[in-house]
Amino acid sequence: MPAFILLTVWTAVRILGRNRLRAGLTMLGIVIGVGAVIAMVSIGEGAKAAVAQRVATMGTNVIMVLPGSMTSSGVRGGHGGAVTLTMSDGIDLKKRIPLLRDTGWGKRDVMQIVNGNKNWNGTVNGVSPGYLTIRDWSFTSGGPFTQQDMDTAACVALLGQTIVENLFDAGEEPVGAVIRIKNMPFRVIGVLAPKGQSAQGSDQDDIIFIPFTTAERKVFGTQFLGSVGALFASTERTDDLAPAVEQIREVLRQRHRLQPDQDDDFIIRTQVDIGKVQEGTSETMTVMLFTIASISLLVGGIGIMNILLVSVTERTREIGVRMAVGAKRGHIMVQFLIEAMTISLVGGCLGIVFGVLGARVMTVIAGWPTIISSDTVAAAFVFSLAVGLFFGLYPANKAARLNPIDALRYE
Amino acid sequence: MLIECQDLWKIYRLGDVEVQALRGLNLSIEQGEFVAIMGASGSGKSTLMNILGCLDQPTRGRYSLNGIDVAGLRSDQLAEIRNRQIGFVFQSFNLIPRTSALENAQLPLFYRGVSLREQRAMATSALSRVGLQGREGHYPTQLSGGQQQRVAIARALVAGPSLLLADEPTGNLDTESSREIMAILDALNKEQGMTVILVTHETDIAAYAKREVVIKDGRVQSDRQTQPVARLSPSGA
Repeated sequence: MPAFILLTVWTAVRILGRNRLRAGLTMLGIVIGVGAVIAMVSIGEGAKAAVAQRVATMGTNVIMVLPGSMTSSGVRGGHGGAVTLTMSDGIDLKKRIPLLRDTGWGKRDVMQIVNGNKNWNGTVNGVSPGYLTIRDWSFTSGGPFTQQDMDTAACVALLGQTIVENLFDAGEEPVGAVIRIKNMPFRVIGVLAPKGQSAQGSDQDDIIFIPFTTAERKVFGTQFLGSVGALFASTERTDDLAPAVEQIREVLRQRHRLQPDQDDDFIIRTQVDIGKVQEGTSETMTVMLFTIASISLLVGGIGIMNILLVSVTERTREIGVRMAVGAKRGHIMVQFLIEAMTISLVGGCLGIVFGVLGARVMTVIAGWPTIISSDTVAAAFVFSLAVGLFFGLYPANKAARLNPIDALRYE
Repeated sequence: MLIECQDLWKIYRLGDVEVQALRGLNLSIEQGEFVAIMGASGSGKSTLMNILGCLDQPTRGRYSLNGIDVAGLRSDQLAEIRNRQIGFVFQSFNLIPRTSALENAQLPLFYRGVSLREQRAMATSALSRVGLQGREGHYPTQLSGGQQQRVAIARALVAGPSLLLADEPTGNLDTESSREIMAILDALNKEQGMTVILVTHETDIAAYAKREVVIKDGRVQSDRQTQPVARLSPSGA
């Protein structure tokens, strides 16, 4: 049997080699189908990975609590319209919910920042030290501010890369320099490592961090002392996120004295929620492209079936001779199945090559991130084999069912 | 007894018409015979050949080959018998196109699970037995009609069958090539004791055989031993 299979594969390859144009045209459907699958899936995977990467820049297992809408005399404001969250909410959450590893808070405003003769309109964010840990900010030079800076409302600042680029000359060391925010001198004590775009597409590096107390008392001029723009918390494990969200909701409702029939006056988002929205889009895309690719594989398969039926007719005499010298129906069946699979496999391999090239071209020309995983390639390989097998069955069966006498006499 | 046919019937149904191709035919052939089967077209000789070659089954009656009762065997079992016991030579050679002489000769072994090396060795020796040494790599289109038919004989021989069925083997050949082919069949019969059944309508070809069976209307009309007239002179007239 091994000798038989080996020779049959060799025969199939030679038969295809003889009719190169025909084999090539037959393969085209499979080539395009597999190529499309590979290219599309790698674009989809690339997009997904890029989103995951952006979501990861938020920190790990992050929960965000934002102020909800405010209702006054039946007029409802939008999200964030209310000033409902406070510093003490944050402190209390940490105290009452053991699942939370850390809590932090912040408040932001856009301000003019000056260094010497340069100035820039950037986001100033007054945050607690906990915020920096939760959001995983790291430093390229210098370091974070301390609880002591918080307590004394020290005028110290941490600069994001975009701010550094706009306020300092290349090569100039920002740490130790004094910049002015709203005409108050701030000493730069750290430069933040870049994070790039956020999951929403905003520049996360266009930011200045100052201690929350400093922001509140000296820079922003807050109406309600202790109110925050957002609360942040993190958990040890991703699985803890959902229960932690419920507990935060409970504590906050209690603290805000909300009646059971009242809506939350805050919104809780987790990193997982944010990631899901983004992944959902790319998944829809992947499903759509996969459908298109499947249709094209189907068409390719029908092409194979068609050409094999022609081949069975053309080679009727040959089939008769093979049967006369002792080929069983199974032998004839296997021979044509192997031919079908050879076409689809060669087509599949070409498709893989074109798909990988296509994905590369996309990366180079359009700048789309692409990821070619070995799983995708393996799946394409198996898929093309399966297409050959499936669409080869009918012609192979037709060949195997021929009556040797009629086949020998066929003109 | 190599072949025993008792009361063979073959009935086809073509639409409403019933065709009785064989009507109770009886025939016995011993190992080592050289039999010519003759008959007009429509006499039933092709049907008989198909049944003898295990390509077809009789409607009724008994056919045993080498002691095996062939009637009632499944198609795969028939294929097995064809592969081991029978070598076919056809009028139109029926070589597989664009495939070398060697590979054509290998074909029966291909379906027998013989190792590739052995296949090559056996096919090479079969080709040299029909005088085609050195042409193993030639394709059918590069060979003359006589040479193609010799490849077909090598293919029929390669598996060491007990029966060689030649259906009008010289029908597509010129006189010279015909004589060569008949010389090979004659030698196989004489030197190796191979049983040869030859179907032909040419009396001078039939004359190579030692026994002549004439079929008419699905029955044996005459069956006689003949004295081979043509003592072979391959070099020609």
